[in-house]
Amino acid sequence: MTAPPVPAPSSAPDVPDTSRAAVVRDALGVGVAVGLSGFAFGVTSAGAGLSLVQTCALSLLVFTGASQFALVGALGAGGGPFTAAAGAFFLGTRNAFYGLRLSQLLKLPRLVRPLAAQWVIDETSAIALAQRGRDAARLGFTVTGASLYALWNLTTFVGAVGASALGDPAAWGLDAAGPAVFLALLAPMVKGRTERTAAGLAVVLALLFLPLLPAGVPVLMSALAAPVALAFARRPRTSGQQAPDAHTAPDGPAARTPADRAAREEGTADDRHG
Amino acid sequence: MTGTADTWIAIGITAAGCYAVKLLGLAVPAGLLERPVVKRLAALVPIALLAALTALQTFGTGRHLAFDARAAGLAAAAVALLLRAPFLLVVAAAVLVTAAVRAVAGG
Repeated sequence: MTAPPVPAPSSAPDVPDTSRAAVVRDALGVGVAVGLSGFAFGVTSAGAGLSLVQTCALSLLVFTGASQFALVGALGAGGGPFTAAAGAFFLGTRNAFYGLRLSQLLKLPRLVRPLAAQWVIDETSAIALAQRGRDAARLGFTVTGASLYALWNLTTFVGAVGASALGDPAAWGLDAAGPAVFLALLAPMVKGRTERTAAGLAVVLALLFLPLLPAGVPVLMSALAAPVALAFARRPRTSGQQAPDAHTAPDGPAARTPADRAAREEGTADDRHG
Repeated sequence: MTGTADTWIAIGITAAGCYAVKLLGLAVPAGLLERPVVKRLAALVPIALLAALTALQTFGTGRHLAFDARAAGLAAAAVALLLRAPFLLVVAAAVLVTAAVRAVAGG
């Protein structure tokens, strides 16, 4: 059985029209809601001192919100280009793991992959992985990706242009947009003890290093919280008790993101505990 | 703010790096990244970075710690998240509350 060359919406006889409409509705809902927040990015980036062209280049070429906010935040705070880029890059590495799951699900033809790759982000992965069947997943991925990419870039432009008219972004509270975006992305990921440990330790490390290290570096140092939290999780908790093995560990609330699901399905083998 | 050439360097590295990892996931054989430790670490690193960035951009001003209107904005975002509000509403809550607190407190 050969896959069609592109996820064409009109050639999927096994998905009924009603559920196709539901997939499109969900995908557009996410695409529009998140796409509109490109406005906050445009304003934030302009406020950090980036030009209109630089701001738009980021949304067109990087297209992964957390990395973009992190980069302009670090540059605006006076961070060097390499430390700033490193923080943004490490935030973007999670997309590799979304791509891994999507490649099995979507089974994209080789020629389409380099184009589809740019759309492999939190939101498209969440929508695609929530669908049943390849056609619905392809439809969800394509509609979310297209609507989000179009809107995110459009609103980035509008935000960057409008920033000068707004004057001081802080007066409008727009400097709170970045942290709110981070928190909204973070919330569904933090569901177990190991995740809470990593998040809490990262906050302590970041705030501790803020006055001591150049801008951008405290974020990188906070990444150390991940291996430390993992090392603690892998240790048996009490002397008589081995770390519980797979499938006995309760996982907290239902997984809401692809990262959750990935962790639930494949990360539970030897390092999870209740 | 860094110079414009430095900014372009940062944009170039970030764009190339972020695209490369996106493509990597779609292109590599599944087995390479499927080791449990790698997957767990890969799930934990963004958590650590996002938590750190949330804290730094809420309580950091330059290289100093500051407790200001942004903290109220973030608290509003947290409440919106607990109420399972959509993404845009969470961001809007943070922005509006921060602006309101600044307007009332005059700074």
